[in-house]
Amino acid sequence: MKKDILLEISGLKAELADSGKEILHGVDLVVRPGEVHAIMGPNGSGKSTLSATLAGDPRLTVTAGSAMLHGVNLLDLAPEDRSHEGLFLSFQYPVEIPGVSMVNFMRAALNAKRKYFGEEPLSASEFLKLMRRKREIVELDNKLASRSVNEGFSGGEKKRNEIFQMAVLEPRLAILDETDSGLDIDALRVVAGGVNKLRTPDNAAIVITHYQRLLDYIKPDFVHVLYKGRIVRSGGPELALELEEKGYDWIKDEIDSKTEVAI
Amino acid sequence: MNALDQYIELYTGNAATVDSNSSGILNDARPQALELLKELGRLPEKGDEGYEKISVNDMFSPDYGVNIARVNIPVDLADVFHCGVTTASTWLGAVANDKFVPTQSLMRNLPEGVTVMSLAKAAEEKPELVGKYYNRVASAGRGGATLALNTLFAQDGVFIHVSCGVKASKAMQIVNLLASPVPMMVVRRVLVVAEEDSEISILLCDHSRGEVGCLVSQVVEVYAGRGSRVNICDMEESSEATSRMSQLFAEQHEGAELKISGMTLLNGTTRNEFYIGHKGDRAVTRLDGMAIGNGRQHIDNFSALEHRGDHGHSNQLFKYVLDGHASGAFEGCITVDNGARFNEAYQSNRNILASCDARMHAKPQLLIYNDDVKCSHGATTGQLDQNALFYMRQRGIPLTEARMMLMQAFMMDVIENVGIEGLSERLRHLVEKRFRGEDMMCAECSARHGV
Repeated sequence: MKKDILLEISGLKAELADSGKEILHGVDLVVRPGEVHAIMGPNGSGKSTLSATLAGDPRLTVTAGSAMLHGVNLLDLAPEDRSHEGLFLSFQYPVEIPGVSMVNFMRAALNAKRKYFGEEPLSASEFLKLMRRKREIVELDNKLASRSVNEGFSGGEKKRNEIFQMAVLEPRLAILDETDSGLDIDALRVVAGGVNKLRTPDNAAIVITHYQRLLDYIKPDFVHVLYKGRIVRSGGPELALELEEKGYDWIKDEIDSKTEVAI
Repeated sequence: MNALDQYIELYTGNAATVDSNSSGILNDARPQALELLKELGRLPEKGDEGYEKISVNDMFSPDYGVNIARVNIPVDLADVFHCGVTTASTWLGAVANDKFVPTQSLMRNLPEGVTVMSLAKAAEEKPELVGKYYNRVASAGRGGATLALNTLFAQDGVFIHVSCGVKASKAMQIVNLLASPVPMMVVRRVLVVAEEDSEISILLCDHSRGEVGCLVSQVVEVYAGRGSRVNICDMEESSEATSRMSQLFAEQHEGAELKISGMTLLNGTTRNEFYIGHKGDRAVTRLDGMAIGNGRQHIDNFSALEHRGDHGHSNQLFKYVLDGHASGAFEGCITVDNGARFNEAYQSNRNILASCDARMHAKPQLLIYNDDVKCSHGATTGQLDQNALFYMRQRGIPLTEARMMLMQAFMMDVIENVGIEGLSERLRHLVEKRFRGEDMMCAECSARHGV
C-alpha cells in the first residue's frame, strides 16, 4: 500500500453489462485521507457511472484498470464487501424498499459489517443508542426511522437518510452522488452540515455535483472535470467557480478539438 | 389410471365399516356422494377448466390407506408436535389425523355459547344443529368429485359453533397433526357455524413432519349468519412428502364479514380451493393467500367468489414467492350475479420468481352480469427488485440476506391482513425462518398449552 493514499483509481474502464457500451474510457484519480474531491461535468459524462462502478453495481462491467481502497482492490470484492472495507455511496436516487423497516435495514447492515470484522452483533440497546446518536447529526425525525426504507420519504428526507446511514456505517471513503439534487436550501445546509460533521483526518469524500452551490457548504480540496468518460481537468476550488461562471463549453471545445487533431 | 376407482371400490367393499365408525348425519350424506362420484367417473385432471397446472387425479393416485376402521394411530402430541404458531392468546384444540382430540386448555376455558368438539360426536349429541348445516354449504358450491370423495369417507373432524350474539374473546386454534407409519389418506371435515351477530376467529394449522407420504383431503364449511364476523386463517406447514387437497366453502348472509387467509408456508403438493358466496346484502369478504415454495413444491390456489347481494364488498390478495424449481398457480374468478347491485370486488395476484427455474401461472377472471359495480383484477409476476438488492448490498447486507429480507417484506401485507391477535407477529417470525431455511417448530408451545 502506498503511504497516505486512500483511493487510487488507475485506467478504469467500464461498460454497460447489457449493451456493452463503454462509458468510462480510462479514469485516473488519487484521493488521500482527509481530502474532499469534487467531480463535476456535463450530463452524460459518466459521473454516476464512476460511482456505481466503484460500488460494484452489477449493471456495469469493468474491462480494464484498478481501484485500490487502502491497498485493497475493490474490483475483486462483492458490493457488500466493498461496503465493509469502507466505501459508502450516497445514491442520487435512494431506493424505496417497502416492508423493510429502517431499523431492520440498519441493524442488518451494521451487524454484517461487524461480522465481517469478526465482531459480535450489537445488543438491542446499544444499537438503539447508536441510532439515536447518529440521527441527531442529520436531524432525522425518529418517525422516519420506524418506517420502511425511504418509502414515502420526501426528496430531502431521502437525502438526509443517506447521510444518516453514512453516519452509522462510518465509511473511510464516501461518494456523494448528486446529493444536492432535489434539495431546498435548508435541507442542503443540514445534509452538508452532516457530511462536514463526519469528516475526520482519516476519511475522505468524493462529491459529485453539477453545481457550485453544494461546494459552498462542503469545501473541496480538489475539483475534477469528467467528460466523455475521462477526467479531463483537475484543479483547486477555483475551478468550480470558473465552471459556474463559464459553463462546460470551453472545456468541451478544448477536449473535442484535441481529439480531432489526434484523429 | 383412474384414481377414483380404487376409492369407490374401497368404499363399496367397506361401507358398513365406514358407517359404523361414524355417525348418522355424516353417513346419510354418503349415498348421494357415491352416486355423484359414479356419475362423474373421475377426479379433475390437469388441463380441465380450473385445473390448468394440477391433476387432482394424480394427487389421489398413490395407493393410500384410509383408516376407515378408526384404528388408533398413536400420535404423541407432546413429542411430535411443537407448533410454531401458537400464541398465548388462543384456545387450543388438536386433531390427530382426522380424530378430534379434546385438550385441557379447550375444555376448561370455552365460554358459554361457543362449542368446539368432534364433528362425529356433535352429529350424535346435536343432530338437529349439525344436520341443519352439514354438507349444505358445500354442496351448494362447485366442489365436484373432490368434495364428494371427502363426503364419502369423512368420519370425523371439527365442529365449531358460536351462538347468536356471542363474541368469542379469543381465537380458536385447531392444530391438525398428520402422522402415520404408512402412506395414508386423511379425510377431514370442519364445520363452522357462526350464528347471527356472533364473532369468531379460527386458526387452522396443518402440520406433518413425517417422511411418509400422506394425503390430506380437507373440506371446511363456513356458515356466516347475518351480521356475523368470522375470521379463519388456514395454514399449512407440512413436508415435501405431503399432498393436500383442501376445499373451503363459505356462505355469507346479510352484513356478514368474512376474512379468510390461506397460508402455505411449507408443503409438497397443495391445492386450495375457496368457494365463497354472498347470500345477503352488504356482505364483506377479505380473502388472502400466501404461498412460499422452493425445491419441487407446487402450490395451487383457486378462488370462486360470487356476489349475489347488493352493496357487497370483496377484496382478494394472493402472493407467491417461488424459488428453486417450485411452481405455483392461481386461478380466481369473481362473479357479480345478475341483479346484484352496487358491488365492489377486487382481486390481485402478485408473484415473485426468485430463481430461473421457478414457474408461476396466473389466471385472474371477472364475470360481471350487472351494471353499477366497481371491480378490478390483475396479476403480476416478476423478480426481486435489482435496484433494492444493490442498494442493500452497498450498505453491507450480503446478497442472501438481502434477498431474504426482500422476500419477507413482499409478504408483509398478507401477514398483516390476518387480523388475529398476536398471530401476525408469529407469522412474521415463521416466514423469516422459512426463508432462512430454519426449522419452524418451537419447543415451548406445547408445554405452555399442556397438550
